[in-house]
Amino acid sequence: MFSILRTTGRVFLHMFHRRVTVQYPEQKPYLAPRYRGRIILSRDPDGGERCVACYLCAVACPVDCIALQATEDETGRRYPEFFRINFSRCIFCGYCEEACPTYAIQLTPDFEMGEFHRENLVYEKEDLLINGPGKYPGYNFWNVAGVKIGGKDKGEAELEAPPVDVQSLMP
Amino acid sequence: MATVYIDNKPYPVNPQENLLHQCLSLGFNLPYFCWHPALGSVGACRQCAVKHFKDEHDTQGKIVMACVTAAVDGTRISIDDPEAASFRAGVIEGLMLNHPHDCPVCDEGGECHLQDMTVMTGLAHRRYRFEKRTFRNQDLGPLVNHEMNRCIQCYRCVRFYRDYAGGKDLNSFSLHDTVFFGRERDGVLESEFAGNLVEVCPTGVFTDKTLKQHYTRKWDQLFAPSVCVHCGTGCNTSVGERYGTVRRTVNRYNHEVNGYFLCDRGRFGYEFVNSERRIREPRLRGEPAAPETAIEHLRRAVAHGGAVGIGSPRASLESNFALRSLVGAGRFFCGIADGEASLIRLMLDILRTKPVRVPTLQEIELSDAVLVLGEDVANTAPRIALSLRQSVRQSSFDIANKLKIPLWLDNGVRDAAQDRRSPLFVLATQATRIDEIATETFRAAPDDLARVGFEIGKSVIGPDSGAGGIGCDLVNEISTALKNAKRPLVISGSSCGSAAVIQAAANIAQAYGAALYYTLPECNTIGAALMGGGSLTSAFDLIRNGYADTLIVLENDLYRRAPRAEVDPLLEKVPHLIVLDSLVNDTSAKAELLLPAATFAESDGTFVSSEGRAQRFFQAFVPGDPIRESWRWLTDESWTRLDDVLAALAREIPELGRARDAAPSAAFRMAGAKIPRAPHRYSGRTAMLANITVSEPKPPDDPDSPLSFSMEGTEDKPPGPLIPFFWSPGWNSIQATNFYQKEVAGPLRGGDPGVRLIEPGQSNGKSYFSEIPEPFSPRQGEWLMIPINHIFGSDELSLSAPAIAELAPGPYVAIGSNGFAHESEVSVTIADETFRLPVRIRPELPAGIAGLSYGIPPVVGIRLPQFGKIEKIS
Repeated sequence: MFSILRTTGRVFLHMFHRRVTVQYPEQKPYLAPRYRGRIILSRDPDGGERCVACYLCAVACPVDCIALQATEDETGRRYPEFFRINFSRCIFCGYCEEACPTYAIQLTPDFEMGEFHRENLVYEKEDLLINGPGKYPGYNFWNVAGVKIGGKDKGEAELEAPPVDVQSLMP
Repeated sequence: MATVYIDNKPYPVNPQENLLHQCLSLGFNLPYFCWHPALGSVGACRQCAVKHFKDEHDTQGKIVMACVTAAVDGTRISIDDPEAASFRAGVIEGLMLNHPHDCPVCDEGGECHLQDMTVMTGLAHRRYRFEKRTFRNQDLGPLVNHEMNRCIQCYRCVRFYRDYAGGKDLNSFSLHDTVFFGRERDGVLESEFAGNLVEVCPTGVFTDKTLKQHYTRKWDQLFAPSVCVHCGTGCNTSVGERYGTVRRTVNRYNHEVNGYFLCDRGRFGYEFVNSERRIREPRLRGEPAAPETAIEHLRRAVAHGGAVGIGSPRASLESNFALRSLVGAGRFFCGIADGEASLIRLMLDILRTKPVRVPTLQEIELSDAVLVLGEDVANTAPRIALSLRQSVRQSSFDIANKLKIPLWLDNGVRDAAQDRRSPLFVLATQATRIDEIATETFRAAPDDLARVGFEIGKSVIGPDSGAGGIGCDLVNEISTALKNAKRPLVISGSSCGSAAVIQAAANIAQAYGAALYYTLPECNTIGAALMGGGSLTSAFDLIRNGYADTLIVLENDLYRRAPRAEVDPLLEKVPHLIVLDSLVNDTSAKAELLLPAATFAESDGTFVSSEGRAQRFFQAFVPGDPIRESWRWLTDESWTRLDDVLAALAREIPELGRARDAAPSAAFRMAGAKIPRAPHRYSGRTAMLANITVSEPKPPDDPDSPLSFSMEGTEDKPPGPLIPFFWSPGWNSIQATNFYQKEVAGPLRGGDPGVRLIEPGQSNGKSYFSEIPEPFSPRQGEWLMIPINHIFGSDELSLSAPAIAELAPGPYVAIGSNGFAHESEVSVTIADETFRLPVRIRPELPAGIAGLSYGIPPVVGIRLPQFGKIEKIS
């Protein structure tokens, strides 16, 4: 008898608690910037594709839902010829972002990707690429890498000495 | 056996070796850079430091380099000692100071020895915050890419290129911390073994330029154990595939054959598999046809009776046998040009009946006196030329042994020997690239070479034939060298086109008890010859006389086997021409029914190398549907698996029966599991086909081999013939090979791949060849045209690989001089055909002899040597 009264009382008290239910979708929940949702490919501060097609995201992916093919432009800058994520397999673990050496692949606070057909969850590079650097403004992998690409010769990256003159006999 | 205590545990070791070699053989993870199993120790990089203790009471110890310390009995060392470990980490940190932040865009990444060693020493963070040294790269040609910033100055590249492979144009430049490895100026690397730099370089300075065009990490490729198809040597390779195209070929260690190295034709010739010229669907009278229609047409043509089959020395044993079974043994013909076929039969006869042994490449390296008779090995079988370059070092090992210098101490041995080399004699029609290491060279017409050969034999066999003065001193010198040698060797082959040369080589080998190696042009020449079948002319006769209304050509371009004047009317006359091939060529263009045949990368099968070694190659990937193995097109429903074909082959041709043992059958399992073709980190399985179908298809079944088309399968190291790629925990680079060998640089665990089908005949007294040809006499107004082989160009398949084609010369005629100007156009008339060709002056060619570039279209199908006319064009 007592326990019934106690339970009723507790339920009654809940009427005065703060409501936790969010009226989604009319009302959007707060998602932190580091929330792991829909994956995007970002761009360098100068607008070039950040992804250098190193395959590290693909190999880090526990469900193997990333496939790409590397290619190079005529100046030696490497980029993905195609870049495909099968979101119907993705578990949003964020390992790809962790593995990415160029901050190209990033997870965003967006989870609204529901589809009626699984095929629509296969995103190609055009679907993934955004027009900005995402969470990491300012970083450009090519400025710290040693290879030469269009617009950046040997010795022009950060903390690089000018190229050695191998014909010189000076000690 | 000696005992060495490693971290206080006793281990049995080989006292002839150094500690690094033995530690790796025992399975320890000891980092190294400058040492290479095939190159020996120089102690330059200081990476393999271990602590060495005087005795069990010594607690202090001292740091020594394992690679330059002999594994003496009772040695006590520690690998785990904190001081040694921190020394190794310090060395790596030093090497990494200038190493660029390139791994994501470096082709070596994921199979980089430097990465592996860095991780092994536990170095995870770079403390260096200052400027890095940079270099400008060089354009080293279409095969090898240069990215000099990544260099850690281990010197392995120049040690391989110059000391091991005899190259001249790669060297170290500059000094102290700016040492540069490259050429004096941009240009194609001259050595035909330059591609090995890709594997020799512990980091990404030298990488595969063909791989760069369709780059895929090692972990993402499906690998299959394969056998090189670009000459008869039978080097073992691993072929890597991704997204339905072949990405590259890497070396697959076989102690008895290719060891650690391949030639560039073998490494970069694979690109023909991805060629635009591939036949990808069946075509009936020029129109695409369904596979069922094509098969029905084939059945009807054969059932009709009167089908004739022409096999191929570049098709597998299984495919040749399937054709032979389809048309009947009596109507199966060997697809080798007539002249060449009779030479090959002669060689086979010699090898099977005479008491001479065919050496393995490993034995060639150990030969201490070599005679090359009438063969340009550097172009016809390049890997053998590399072995010969090692064989001349035998005398330096003798010198080193006398001075008690251990043989693994590379610099010591080379310094002690200086330029002294064991005898190597090159007797050929033209200059060859191994002439520079030869004791003596001699150039003459094929008949004269044979006469010298017979003369050398005679100095043991019996009376002087009076061959008349040709190089009498030379004969004595060669004779003495072969007599004094412990392991003499004679190398000859079919490229001279002379039976007398082959017989002379056999006489010498038999007389001096030498090993005898005949180099052969194609990957399955011996297999096709052992398969039997009549000559090509007899096949042509059958058709010409109307005894056959259907001609089935298996993976063969008849225009490369017989003169155009013979093939053209023949293909016109035959009512039904059925061709199975992988690349479009002149024969396939005329086919009524054209069937797309799988290449070596898309099929399983067996090749028999020049050594007589039957070796299995495996499918790297399943090609698009209509492409099938030739034997699958040709078989009726009775054979469904490769093992069925091999079983039938063993019943029909017992001599080839042992080919079945070249690799375990498809039923072979390791702990109940198949052997994975893909490394365990293979990525993208649920996305690579998602644009076509979002439900991942099951990986294809493989009824023909114990390998699976996925990462699923055994984690154990497979037996020799079934190793798709080399990997060991912590060792992602090709250096993981160390852990697949019984002892580093020794045979593979579970035996080296391949079964030798030809064993020496029983000694049959003193039967020698005695038909000595007349001396060659130059003709007035005519030249004896000999074939001049090219590593890049003479092989039909690799000529369709863009990188190789770029390096191949165009067709030309080589003349001694006789008033012709270099590069001037002349008209060459040979065998009723006339070609306009540029002249190349080769002053070393004997009088009356001219050379024709061999196998380079349109100058193909001509029987060489043969007399022809050269006229100036005014």
